[in-house]
Amino acid sequence: MDELDRRIVNALQGGFPICERPFAAAAEGLGTDEATLIARLRAMREEGVLSRFGPLFKAEGLGGAVTLAAMAVPEERFEGVAALVNAHPEVAHNYARDHQWLNMWFVLATEDEARVGATIRAIEAETGLPVLNMPREAEYHVGLRLEA
Amino acid sequence: MDAADRSIVRATQGGLPLEPRPYHAVAAAVGLEPAEVMGRMERMLAEGAIRRIGAVPNHYALGYRANGMAVWDVDDARVDALGARIAALGLSSHCYRRPRHPPHWPYNLFTMVHGRERAEALRAVEAIAAVLGPAARAHEVLFSTRILKKTGLRLAG
Repeated sequence: MDELDRRIVNALQGGFPICERPFAAAAEGLGTDEATLIARLRAMREEGVLSRFGPLFKAEGLGGAVTLAAMAVPEERFEGVAALVNAHPEVAHNYARDHQWLNMWFVLATEDEARVGATIRAIEAETGLPVLNMPREAEYHVGLRLEA
Repeated sequence: MDAADRSIVRATQGGLPLEPRPYHAVAAAVGLEPAEVMGRMERMLAEGAIRRIGAVPNHYALGYRANGMAVWDVDDARVDALGARIAALGLSSHCYRRPRHPPHWPYNLFTMVHGRERAEALRAVEAIAAVLGPAARAHEVLFSTRILKKTGLRLAG
């Protein structure tokens, strides 16, 4: 990443315009041109610096339901349980986390509320382990942008 | 959200085409007029169905290896006011209230903190703790040690 890449990542984590030539419009504010901006974004996406470039949808806005769930998985069963959990297409993310007992944390994204409960019950039945459901009850607006 | 909106979501949830007229390319793919696609996306942005449009950086690729979930047990009467204040600090990427699972899990406020090193992420946790003061009875930081799956949220079909 060079200085222009950093400027692009820092400036374009939101506010990308909706117009006929949005890259040309965004490039102007960055002191570059449309072709260079597109080439830089393509390269950063290919290298994995960006996981994506485009709209970030709110799952609930799509009519779906999302929840955060946690499990206490015995160390010796960790890989097997991860495979069982990850096999569900409703599991969007799954992270191993440092904690004395709740060491597996995953996000379920489903088309409707009923599917959340059904998936949790299926995971509990398959693994024999309880799943703690921690749906979002309130969201507080954050201003953080990651600095490149 | 109607069928046309859904077709736009499906066409763009993996990203916008990186070409000079991306919304025109989306319009061609879904069989709508470009002005219709742009108008619908403006509306979804205004309504909050689209949170934002732009670059989604990979934390790890940017060198943010320490990603911690800081969880707090905050007085129910004060959690909403304090959650809003904590979010506004700009120290966390997400700030949510979630249900407690007593007795082992007393935490109701979740904040995600990031750093190149754990010490950097922990400095953000300290700054949050200072604002919460005695309203936070306990807290823990759960750092992620491994990504087991990451596919992102997708509208099926």
